[in-house]
Amino acid sequence: MSFSTRLATPLATRLGRNGIGWLLPVLVIAGWEIASRAGLMPPNVLPAPSAVAEAFWRLTLSGELIRNIGVSTARALAGFAVGGSIGFALGLANGLSTLSRGLTDTTLQMIRNIPHLALIPLVILWFGIDEEAKLFLVALGVFFPIYVNTLLGIQSVDPQLVEMGRVYGMDRRALFFRVILPGALPAIFVGLRYALGIMWLTLIVAETISASSGLGYMAMQAREFLLIDVVVLSILIYALLGKLADSLARLLERLSLGWHPAFQNA
Amino acid sequence: MPAASLAAVRSFVAAPQQPQPEQTIERPRAFAFQGVGKFFGDKVVLDGIDLDVPVGQFVAVIGKSGCGKSTLLRLLAGLDRPTAGSLTFGSEEEGHSRTRFMFQEPRLLPWASVVKNVEVGLTGIASGADARQRALAILGEVGLADRADEWPSVLSGGQKQRVALARALVGHPQILALDEPLGALDALTRIEMQQLLERIWLAQKFTAVLVTHDVAEAVALADRVVVISAGKIALDLDVPVARPRRRGSVELARLEGKILDRLFG
Repeated sequence: MSFSTRLATPLATRLGRNGIGWLLPVLVIAGWEIASRAGLMPPNVLPAPSAVAEAFWRLTLSGELIRNIGVSTARALAGFAVGGSIGFALGLANGLSTLSRGLTDTTLQMIRNIPHLALIPLVILWFGIDEEAKLFLVALGVFFPIYVNTLLGIQSVDPQLVEMGRVYGMDRRALFFRVILPGALPAIFVGLRYALGIMWLTLIVAETISASSGLGYMAMQAREFLLIDVVVLSILIYALLGKLADSLARLLERLSLGWHPAFQNA
Repeated sequence: MPAASLAAVRSFVAAPQQPQPEQTIERPRAFAFQGVGKFFGDKVVLDGIDLDVPVGQFVAVIGKSGCGKSTLLRLLAGLDRPTAGSLTFGSEEEGHSRTRFMFQEPRLLPWASVVKNVEVGLTGIASGADARQRALAILGEVGLADRADEWPSVLSGGQKQRVALARALVGHPQILALDEPLGALDALTRIEMQQLLERIWLAQKFTAVLVTHDVAEAVALADRVVVISAGKIALDLDVPVARPRRRGSVELARLEGKILDRLFG
């Protein structure tokens, strides 16, 4: 795989292009602060950004925030690793073998149509509110986008290229790593980005319903004590973590799909 | 001896005004189809094909679409197996593995640089720095040395087909099978590619089998033109015109007319 993308665009232009996306959020926060200071927005409905920033500082100093972010991130990544790797492996297997596809695809498509969050009551009965419950739900949520898109990616690899690889004497291994996997990669990345979104969503829902630590738990605790600034802080942190995950996925995408015409706009 | 004399009689009957060039008899055989047939269910695609091709000959195979000419090429490259008859190669160790195939489409890997695509032609022959060296050398021959590290998607149609030609030739094949590789190119690029192909063929001395629907292309490039019609060889014609050939010359036009008569007569 070649990572020799021509990153020829000057750094300043790139910063400018990425920076423009942050203009709107900054304006919204500024407007919000002004509205709060002017008394247009009562603090018990929505605290001012400065109050949220204060909460952020307070919780950072006490170590509570870092600990909860750490706990949530570890859960998210563990669930993602388990569900993502099973989904990827099954997607590969079903893409490459008609026997495997015939055996499992119908079942998987049936399970896919159950909203995984509908399983929360059942999961609580099975696992209580332990780590396994969150891990299971995240893994299940992440599994399907990865599975479906990996399968789709492999099925959409140009059969003419596969034939070419065979004619030029590639063995199965070379054919997989040089033709099939790179051909399936754009679809796999779509699945990855979609799965990252589902990962946070599932985790937050699971943590608000059943947990004794993590960001979702922190928000629910704050609600109990009417600490609305902490509630808002939690929501903002979800937004930032989601954006961070998506940016990482996009960076990976740009590095490995440099050949794709869609990434050659520079 | 009887077989040889029979062949002589047959060639006399088929083309009385053109005696076989003597080199054809002396040169060793590259491959031979013997009574080859290919059926898909009830449908007969090829039937009783006998074709003996000496090493280094440039053969063009012509026919209307659906006549079985591409199937003939796929059998030669080992992409399909004959239903009847047999296919033998000049020396035992060669065969399909030393046959390279050039497709109608370039079929380049979009995620590999131009030079990496050419290196695909060295699968199982060379790897690493050696493969890159050889790939770069052949890219120079097709005039694309300066595009080695670019993605295929930025190349024009003709350039892509030149990369595909480099990929086919980099492993020094004994036999090169070409399945209408120039069919999708515009007329001028096409003539350029024909000249390139002829030049490389003259330099490397491989056996070339070119399937085409362009009669002018066939007589301009080939030593021998085989016309296939309804799964059988309808005409097997030598093109005894010295190279370099001038496109549109009277000699070539006469042969072209003869082939067209056979196709539509």
